[in-house]
Amino acid sequence: MYDTSDIRKGLKVLMDGNPYTVVEFQFVKPGKGAAFTRTKFKNLLTGAVVERNIRSGEKLEPANVETRDMQFLYKEGGDLVFMDQTNYEQVTISADLIGSAHDLMKDNLPCTVVFFNERPVDVTLPTFVFLEVTASEPGVRGDTSGNVQKPATVETGASVNVPLFIRVGDTIKIDTRTHEYVERVNK
Amino acid sequence: MTSVVRGRVIAVDGELAIVRGERGDVRVRTCAGWRPGDLVEASAAVQPFRGGDYPGPTTEVARLPRERLARLADRGAAMAALRRFFADRDFLEVETPLLVPAPGLELHLDAVAAGGGYLITSPEYQMKRLLAAGFERIYQVCKCFRAGEHGPHHAAEFTMVEWYRGFAELDAIARDTEELVAAVVTAVAGSPVARVPGRAIDVAPPWPRLTVREAMRRWAGVEVAGDEPAPALVAAVRAAGIDVADGTAWDDAFFAAFLARVEPALAALDRPILLEDWPAPLAALARRKPGDPRTALRFEAYVGGIELANAFGELTDPVEQRARFEHDQATRRARGKPVYPIDERLLAALAEGLPPSAGIALGVDRLVMLATGAATIDGVVTFAAGEL
Repeated sequence: MYDTSDIRKGLKVLMDGNPYTVVEFQFVKPGKGAAFTRTKFKNLLTGAVVERNIRSGEKLEPANVETRDMQFLYKEGGDLVFMDQTNYEQVTISADLIGSAHDLMKDNLPCTVVFFNERPVDVTLPTFVFLEVTASEPGVRGDTSGNVQKPATVETGASVNVPLFIRVGDTIKIDTRTHEYVERVNK
Repeated sequence: MTSVVRGRVIAVDGELAIVRGERGDVRVRTCAGWRPGDLVEASAAVQPFRGGDYPGPTTEVARLPRERLARLADRGAAMAALRRFFADRDFLEVETPLLVPAPGLELHLDAVAAGGGYLITSPEYQMKRLLAAGFERIYQVCKCFRAGEHGPHHAAEFTMVEWYRGFAELDAIARDTEELVAAVVTAVAGSPVARVPGRAIDVAPPWPRLTVREAMRRWAGVEVAGDEPAPALVAAVRAAGIDVADGTAWDDAFFAAFLARVEPALAALDRPILLEDWPAPLAALARRKPGDPRTALRFEAYVGGIELANAFGELTDPVEQRARFEHDQATRRARGKPVYPIDERLLAALAEGLPPSAGIALGVDRLVMLATGAATIDGVVTFAAGEL
């Protein structure tokens, strides 16, 4: 069991049967009152954030949560197959768990997979991926104002809006959190 | 290349030197003979010192950020202004022991055990003995220790200034507090304007005042009598939409509402505030108001949401003081907390006769935070707990 002195960012605890991770905490102590730790927990299954005051002396139950570095291998229908490089164990994870970023995943991409009671519950991609543009209409000459974009298809099949100067064969940097183009990468 | 920060040891033309100025024109003084400094342009090729016996601060441990160095200089200026303030008002500076056999018995303050006794959580017991011994105006700046406290406004080891006036009312302490804060902030910041992250607070006296009951009524929608049983206060706090469990103690129910509604409202004020007339269950070492036994002669000073100071019209009755100590001991025992001995010498001093007195404890680190605009207590101490 944990008590308030164990609370730190990233601590994994079990509350009402759900796994949570501590995202923020603050020690609070009125001059003549009891101390507590005002803590924000993120539900590892739903992403919902809840705030709770943990009194000094109160106990928190550790959650059976494990974080493993795994490599993305290939897609199989709506599922993605990952491998733990330390023991070559393979795990199949539904694309739903990854959300819109799943179509930015190229073979061998290193990811972090969170397991709760041995079951994968969350996948974190690298913040940026570098992908080659495989299809895009040439930009219209003369239209060079800053914000104009055009759709492009990258090697994983995902569609990303890019500036007009991007051409087939360019490698671009994409933010996996927002699914947005960041910059062109010179080889 | 190394940046040119005051106090940093550097090398100029291969010779050991210490930076004396700030930015722009940087004065350096070499060690050799300590001859008067040369003027070096900030753009000059200043290299970390590599030769000789002194390695210079090349590691993260040795280096302190520029803002921290500036704040430590401000802290020194604040301490000088504080001592000047008390000297100007004929207060005597005293020093009482930090290591004692009987620390404060307050339920929510845990002492650090050391050397067969405890480190003080506040110097008040010994300072009251000095009042009983005949001093009329005394102050003390010292370290206090409170186990397990660490947060943006809390450190287990911190600096307190306590001062007491014999033959005086609580109001005299309130005026001292306003003037002291204004004087210290002015000494550091140039004008009586304190800073908390994101805004400025005019600390010029006099400060607005509000009773605790009015604050609880206005911001929490909770009526506090002071003599109601705990379940009645729990019900009132719940009726105001604040979640408290069944069986919550009176003080915990009070602070649930106070922290949820009153503190955020106090933090939003653009002026300091003295929160006075505390309900009797929160009297601590304060005496009750003449003719109003449900109210204690106590105030707290809040500036920019920071609880800066706590003052009492001092309890001088040895019989009531012993009863409160015994009650505190019983509550500590019931809640499984360490039970400290009663300070019999303090009770003996009260029995001898303590003049009508008022006193206050003010957090010096928090005052320096307000004067410098630092966001955390760790930013104004020389080395925080995590840096040792």
